[in-house]
Amino acid sequence: MVISNRFVLAAVAAVAAIAAPSIAFAAPCGTITLGSAISFTGKYSTNGIHAKNGYDIAVKRVNEMGGVKIGGKCYNLAVKYYDDESTPARTAQLLERLIKQDGIKYMLGPYSSATTKAAAPVIEKYKIPMVEAEGASRSLFNKGYKYLFCVISTSEQYLASSIALAAEIAKKMGKKPGDVKVAMAFENDPFSLDVRAGVIDDIKKHGLKIVIDDKLPRDLSDMSATLTKVRALKPDLLLISGHSKGAATAGRQIAEMKIDTPMIALTHCEAAKIVKKYGGAVNGFLCPTQWAETLSYKGKYFGTAAEYDKLFKATYDGYKNVPYQAAQASAAVLVWKEGFEAAGSLDTEKVRDALAATKMQTFYGNIKFSKAGNNIAKPMVLRQIQDGKFNVVAPAKWASHKVVYPRMAK
Amino acid sequence: MLDNLNLLALAPLLNIQLLLDGIFIGAIFALAGYGLALVWGVMNVKNLCQGEYVIMGGYFAWYAGTIGIHPILAMPVAVVVMFGFGWVIYRVIISRVVDKDMFTSLLATFGLAIVIQQGLNLAFGPEVQIAQSGLETRSFFDGAVTVSEIRFVSFVICCVLASLIVLFMKNSRMGQAIRATAQDARAARVMGIDTDRVYAFTYALNCAICAAAGVLISMIWVIQPFYGLTHSIRSFVIVTAAGFGNLPGVILAAFGIGVAEQFGGFILGAELQQATVVGILLLVLIWRQALMSRRRQALA
Repeated sequence: MVISNRFVLAAVAAVAAIAAPSIAFAAPCGTITLGSAISFTGKYSTNGIHAKNGYDIAVKRVNEMGGVKIGGKCYNLAVKYYDDESTPARTAQLLERLIKQDGIKYMLGPYSSATTKAAAPVIEKYKIPMVEAEGASRSLFNKGYKYLFCVISTSEQYLASSIALAAEIAKKMGKKPGDVKVAMAFENDPFSLDVRAGVIDDIKKHGLKIVIDDKLPRDLSDMSATLTKVRALKPDLLLISGHSKGAATAGRQIAEMKIDTPMIALTHCEAAKIVKKYGGAVNGFLCPTQWAETLSYKGKYFGTAAEYDKLFKATYDGYKNVPYQAAQASAAVLVWKEGFEAAGSLDTEKVRDALAATKMQTFYGNIKFSKAGNNIAKPMVLRQIQDGKFNVVAPAKWASHKVVYPRMAK
Repeated sequence: MLDNLNLLALAPLLNIQLLLDGIFIGAIFALAGYGLALVWGVMNVKNLCQGEYVIMGGYFAWYAGTIGIHPILAMPVAVVVMFGFGWVIYRVIISRVVDKDMFTSLLATFGLAIVIQQGLNLAFGPEVQIAQSGLETRSFFDGAVTVSEIRFVSFVICCVLASLIVLFMKNSRMGQAIRATAQDARAARVMGIDTDRVYAFTYALNCAICAAAGVLISMIWVIQPFYGLTHSIRSFVIVTAAGFGNLPGVILAAFGIGVAEQFGGFILGAELQQATVVGILLLVLIWRQALMSRRRQALA
C-alpha cells in the first residue's frame, strides 16, 4: 500500500509538472473584474436581469474579440455581481463590500435611478470609477460627481421631444403655440419629476399652455379623477409618466373612459406591455425610448442595432423584443473596454480620465460624456404605436415613419 | 384647487361621473372592509394583510385571463382556494396570536403581509398586471359621462355577495355561532360553541371575501405584488369609521370613501387621493372623540 501511494503521488506530481506550463499557455490573458450590485430580486428584478444579460453579452463579445489590450498584454473581462434586492441602502452596502472586501476597482451601475443615487457617494468616496446605464435621473449629474459616467440620455429628455412635436403640428395647422393646451400627470418620484422638469422647460420655450398639472401617487392604481379633468378641459397633448404602473393604469383608463385627446405621450410603454394588454385602444400613443433596434446606429463590436438585436435574441431565450435596458448595459461594458485601452493602464485615475474623454460610436448610439458625466451625444427618440408596432417618428433625423395626428384608437 | 372646484360648478356632469366612479369602486371596498370588520369584531385580530388577500384574489383573475378563461370565472375558484388558504393560515399562525395582545397580532399579520408580497413577487414578477373583462364602455350625455360595464357588473356582484353574507350570518348555524362569539366568546364557549372553529371559519371567510374583491379589482384597476397596502388602509378606515357589527355602516363608509377618493383626486390632484381617505379617518375619529367626551360629561 505504502509503495502504491508513493507511486500515485509521484505520478500526480509528474502529470502536474507536465501540465502546468500548458495551462499557462492556454490562458495567456489576465482578467479585469468589474463589479456590480444589481437587482435580481425585488421590484426592479425584471429590468435588473435585462441589464445583467446586457452586461454579460457584451463581456462575452469583448472577450471573443481578443479582450482588452493594455500595453501589449491582454485581459479578459469578468463581472462580479451581488443582488441589491432593489433596495438603495443595500446597493450602497454591497458596493462597499465589492470595493473593500473583493478589491474591485471598476464598477458597472445598478438598475434604477434610486439605487444609482445610493451608489454614487460610495464610489466617489473610494474614487472608484463607475459606468452606469440604468440611472437616468438628472439629479445624478448636478452634484459634481467625478467618477460617475452614464451612457443614456438623462430623464429630462424623455418627453421633451413631444412638446416640440406638438408645437410643430400646431404651427402646421395654423394654431398659435399659446392655444396648444397641455395636460400633465407625473408621479411624485425623482425620475418622473425630472421628466416633468424637462417638459416644463420645453413648454416655456415653445410658449404652450399648461391646463392640468397633477402629481400621481407612488402606488398608483386609479387615475380616473385626473382623466375626468382631461375630458372636461380637452387638452391637445396629454403627458403621463409613472413607470410601468402609470402606463398600465393610463392605458386601461384612457380606453375605458374614451378619452379622445389627439396626442398622448407616456413613458414605459414597452415595460408595461400596453400593446399586448390593450391592443388597438392604445394606438397612436407616443412613447420615448433610449434605443430601438430599427435605428441606424452602428459600432465595431456588435455591428448595427439590428445585428445586436439578432445576437441578443439568439443568446437569450424568451425575448420577443430586446429591451433598451439590455442594450444600454452592453454599451456601458464597451465604454469600459475602450476606456482601459485609451488609458493604457489599470490605474483608476488614468482610467477615469480616459473614460471622461470617451468619444465613440456604438450600436447603441454615440457616446460622449459631459463634464457632469452624462452622455450628450445620443438623443432620446420618440416612437408612436401604429397598428401595434412601435415606429420611430421623432426626431426627424432618425424617423422611419410620419406621426399620425390626431391619434386614432381602434 | 380653486380652478378645479370652479370646474365642478361649471360642469355639473363631472360630479355625476365622479359620484358614479366612487360608488362603483366603493362597493368593492365594502367587501374587503366587511371582511376586516368580521375578523376584527369576532377575533379582535387587526388583520394587516387584508390588502394582500385582495391582491392574491386579483392574481387568480389575471392567471385565468392568461390561459384564455374569462377572469370573472376565476371568482369561484379564488373564493374556494382562498377560503382554504385562510383556514391554513389561521391554524398555522393566527391561532397562536388570537388571544395575545393587540401588538402581537399586528406584528404577525404585518409579517405575513411581507411574506405574501415577496411570494407573489417571486411567483409572478413585479410587473403591473391586469385582467381584461372584454366589456364595453357606455357613454351618456354626449360622452360627458362614461360608465364601463365591468364597473356596473362588479357593483351588482358585490350586492349579491353582500346579500349572501347577510343571509348566511342571519340564518345558518355557523353564522349564528359567529355572531354569538363576537358578542361574548366566553359565554359562547360555555354554551358549547367551538370558538376555535368559529375563529378559523371567520378568518377563512374573510380571505374568501377579499379574494372576490380582488378578482373584481383586477378587472377595473391594476394589481401588483406590492399594492396590498392601500387596500389594507382603506379597509381599516372603513371599519374604524363604521364599527364592527354594522354592515349598513360598512357599506355606507365604503361608498363614502370611494366617492371621497374620486372628489379628492379631482380637486386636490391624484397624489392626494389616498390622503383624502386618511384625512377623513382623522375627522371621523375627532368627531367620535367629541361625541364620547360629551357622553362622558353627561354620565358624570
